[in-house]
Amino acid sequence: MIPIMRAYAGRLLPQLIALTAIVIAISMVFPGFLNLQIQNGRLYGSMIDILNRGAPVVLLAIGMTVVIATKGIDLSVGAVMAICGAVAASLITSGHSLAETLLATLAVGIICGLWNGVLVAVLDIQPIIATLVLMVAGRGIAQLITEGTILTFNDPGLIFIGSGSFAGLPMPIVIWLVFSLIVALLVRRTALGMLVEAIGINRQASTLSGVLTPVLLVAAYVLSGLCAATAGIIAAADIRGADANNAGLWLELDAILAVVVGGTSLLGGRFSIAASVLGAVIIQAINTGILLSGFPPEFNLIIKAAIIIFILVLQSPRFRTGVSFLSIPKAAGKPTEREAK
Amino acid sequence: MQTSSDNILSAIRIEKGFPGTKALDKVDFHLRRGEVHALLGENGAGKSTLIKCLTGAYRRDGGSMLLDGTEADPRDTFDAQRLGIGTVYQEVNLLPNLTVAENLFLGRQPRRFGMVDTRTMNRRARELLAEYELDIDVTRDLASYSVAIQQVVAIARAVDLSGKVLILDEPTASLDAHEVEMLFRIVRRLKGRGLGIIFITHFLEQVYAISDRITVLRNGQLVGTRNAADLDRRELIAMMIGRELATEIHSAHSDAVAGEPRYRFRNFGRRGKIDPFDLDVRAGEVVGMAGLLGSGRTETAEILFGAHRADSGTAEIEGRTVDLSSPRAAIRQRFGFCPEDRKTAGIVGDLSVRENIVLALQARRGWTRPIPRAEQNRLADHYIRALDIRTPDREKPIRLLSGGNQQKAILARWLATEPELLILDEPTRGIDVGAHAEIIRLIESLREKGMSLIVISSEIEELVAYSTRVVVLRDRAHVAELDGAQLTAHRIVEAIAATNGREAS
Amino acid sequence: MKIVKALASATILAACTFGSASAAELVVGFSQIGSESGWRAAETTLTKQQAEERGIDLKFADAQQKQENQIKAIRSFIAQGVNAILLAPVVATGWDEVLEEAKDAEIPVILLDRTVDASDNLYLTAVTSDLVHEGSVAGKWLVDTVAGKPCNVVELQGTTGSSPAIDRKKGFEQALSGNDNLKIVRSQTGDFTRTKGKEVMESFLKAEDGGKNICALYAHNDDMAVGAIQAIKEAGLKPGKDILVVSIDAVPDIFQAMAAGEANATVELTPNMAGPAFDALAAFLKDGKEPPKWIQTESKLYTQADDPMKVYEEKKGLGY
Repeated sequence: MIPIMRAYAGRLLPQLIALTAIVIAISMVFPGFLNLQIQNGRLYGSMIDILNRGAPVVLLAIGMTVVIATKGIDLSVGAVMAICGAVAASLITSGHSLAETLLATLAVGIICGLWNGVLVAVLDIQPIIATLVLMVAGRGIAQLITEGTILTFNDPGLIFIGSGSFAGLPMPIVIWLVFSLIVALLVRRTALGMLVEAIGINRQASTLSGVLTPVLLVAAYVLSGLCAATAGIIAAADIRGADANNAGLWLELDAILAVVVGGTSLLGGRFSIAASVLGAVIIQAINTGILLSGFPPEFNLIIKAAIIIFILVLQSPRFRTGVSFLSIPKAAGKPTEREAK
Repeated sequence: MQTSSDNILSAIRIEKGFPGTKALDKVDFHLRRGEVHALLGENGAGKSTLIKCLTGAYRRDGGSMLLDGTEADPRDTFDAQRLGIGTVYQEVNLLPNLTVAENLFLGRQPRRFGMVDTRTMNRRARELLAEYELDIDVTRDLASYSVAIQQVVAIARAVDLSGKVLILDEPTASLDAHEVEMLFRIVRRLKGRGLGIIFITHFLEQVYAISDRITVLRNGQLVGTRNAADLDRRELIAMMIGRELATEIHSAHSDAVAGEPRYRFRNFGRRGKIDPFDLDVRAGEVVGMAGLLGSGRTETAEILFGAHRADSGTAEIEGRTVDLSSPRAAIRQRFGFCPEDRKTAGIVGDLSVRENIVLALQARRGWTRPIPRAEQNRLADHYIRALDIRTPDREKPIRLLSGGNQQKAILARWLATEPELLILDEPTRGIDVGAHAEIIRLIESLREKGMSLIVISSEIEELVAYSTRVVVLRDRAHVAELDGAQLTAHRIVEAIAATNGREAS
Repeated sequence: MKIVKALASATILAACTFGSASAAELVVGFSQIGSESGWRAAETTLTKQQAEERGIDLKFADAQQKQENQIKAIRSFIAQGVNAILLAPVVATGWDEVLEEAKDAEIPVILLDRTVDASDNLYLTAVTSDLVHEGSVAGKWLVDTVAGKPCNVVELQGTTGSSPAIDRKKGFEQALSGNDNLKIVRSQTGDFTRTKGKEVMESFLKAEDGGKNICALYAHNDDMAVGAIQAIKEAGLKPGKDILVVSIDAVPDIFQAMAAGEANATVELTPNMAGPAFDALAAFLKDGKEPPKWIQTESKLYTQADDPMKVYEEKKGLGY
């Protein structure tokens, strides 16, 4: 158990350091940041806000990580969020039960993923182009479903997903915690993780070794679609309405950024779900920190970009070799190679 | 120590370390004017590190370097080029989408009124290449020429830029015999002009064909520098691997195996890849495949393994027809396949040695049944020991291993699936002498255990040594099959040539 | 099923347009930007309604956010010889040539809802709202409502750098100036969306002592206000009472919130730009009376006293 923990900590060290630094920085600018209290039977405070607001990007990042590990990319997740939010809102307002609505919405996410996966794995279209199709068309489809308006709903069950709580935690946090745990276990307790990494590193060699490449590729995009659908439901439930124009807008880029901040290479191969989740939380911590800091909004993006560049520099191999001369030699190599099984 | 007057390049007590290893340990290397000096050693001996120190790609940690009698310390490869040291690598590092002339004069194009003077450039390019007996259209893209010609262009550029020392790093690895001969003519001519030439290769015949002196490195240390004429082959190999090889190649040429064929391919083929062929393979038999590059050897392997689907014919194993439409289908029939291009089709570079070894077995079991980590470790350790895969530990990314060790790991990947038919495409290409001999021994021991093997190789002597039969290919067709007393290198070459002759008539 | 409904209604509308073509005495072409927001959909609906009431044959062209489509549409209107053209321009520049063509064909052009960077003799008039005025109406309501009591205001801005965000902020600040009891303590962008409105409001609440320091919220549009109202409720406060909520646009959903006592006031950005446009056009065609170059639409203030449910029912069907 102890070596496993150490291996995890080693892989996640840069992300943990970055997150800690950001939390310290925010609490210096805004002293009440670390306060936590119970309100209406749930935890309440800025830290909880970060985890709660970060839910869509965390979910997208989980799917995106696996897709990127296959040397792919999924630009459509933001649009799929919009489609799924619209589908959920329109089903629930037209009188379907919560269970039907959720199942149908997740099914739509899976279909979107299948579409991307087939374009990439079967028709061999470059992932960036293949998913761009749905990125562009998806928002139009969502607008068609909502007829260009914000489709509001009042179903308490669906709203609960956005603003309810379970065991003191807001539902979105519960959902992404469960989701990331399931996916992380699925990829590391089975051989999926290794096979996906093998495909991402060398698709031809993997196919020749008997890996079922097309099926695994499609599965990666389906997972991404499923994550996007869940994120779409949460985003819609949060504002009690499906906003086809804005739901998930540009979030595909935040998700990709989360994966990168998490230290997974865009060239495919080695990946870590936990690191990407941390990456997404880091991005949201920056967002929330900026909001709390009270700077004029014109500075938002500049501050965000500056912090992210700083984190990426910390991670760059060149910088790390430079620093490793100063650190204890035993840290070199092993734990950073990958997550433990 | 020799006087520096006849040495154009002297490297004295060069040291270079990497975290955890000493890559070069006080190595001396002296290159004379007008000599071809072979630099030999197994992979990992320190050859490339030494070259990189000489060319400024690495900064040395200690020692000194004299170029033409004066102290030199190249900061980078451009600096080295400026000082007079040019390098040509196995993978030509020119720009394939520029013309030959542009490649020759890249960064120093003749200019007129500030514009590149294409006409002058092309004329000078033609003049330059004429010195190398090369009369080609210099306005065509470099990529439209063969690797050999690209190699010569690279040499011409390097010599034109530098002019004192020319380093050839495995220049012949992808050339055929004729092209090698052309290259050697050029090397001899440059030698006549007084250049010092460092030649790195795995082909010992070529070492003796062209070198004046030989320097051998082992484990980062200098073993010795000798005159080529005074050093016999056996002794050279001993210097390289540090032990005497019993016999370089076993000639345990076994008699043809009797009995019914286990595998029977009839009229098997695919349009545009390989003409339909018949092939039988028995248990405990090694079937060699000989032929020139592009003769259909690799295509035969790929179609047998399902990498390309056959569009004609049938495959039978012990009398029952089987499906070989994909690698997965072939693996289900207990086939294994080590492809020719290790880098792009064999290794999964960033995965560890362990993961590379278990990959095919895991793929066959399916993702829902992961091989327990302890079992993975056991398998990896077993094959690392059994095949003598040299790696610090099983978790090392395989891309960091030398070519020979990568090849062994891929062999291990297939052995772990306990195959009954193993197809090896150029299993000994580009790997060092020690690993070479080990792989040949492995092929023989596998055959003795009753496995069936199909081995493709350009090394005809080698094929003769371990094959029970050899199929000769040409122009995407199987044209002859030799066994028993017919199975000699001479007959194979004749078979290839004879078919060539038939074509000509 | 929504898609089917949308398609069906589109077909019916198209049929209506064609069906009434022969009977109408006045033919007007309308080049609309697209349907990127609920407000724009309502504008389209109202323009069609207004045309029908006046017996005008409206030829409608949706440009799908592309200027080239709008230019094509205008040329086709000119070719058809319409009596006038309504244009809701997607961008401000690049209109000179096609407006010249309309002028040469003696077809008056009326700009709706946005203006262009072109000489004002190229169009008859522009019917738009005054964004600064909207902001100041909201500000004035707040000044009057708090009546001298000290009040900390938080502001949800529109998309940073957009003209509604700049002007609505300016108008609001103008109305507040001179009232030292009112202070804007926090101002952040909510990108005009509900999600961001809610997220930013959450951070305002945390930053201002759980919201106890905040007396009023001013949002540059209703959508952000709707999101912020949810954040206020989730923080355990009562929007509309603990924190006053005033916003701009008057979309249907804010009237529901007002009916529930959760929002206090909204300033209407009327989607009925076509009404005043048709009136000015009729006057111009009848006796050649040139309207002023800018017709400012009314920025009407709605409060909880204005029977919000009734307004909601009226607005609901407009396609918001």
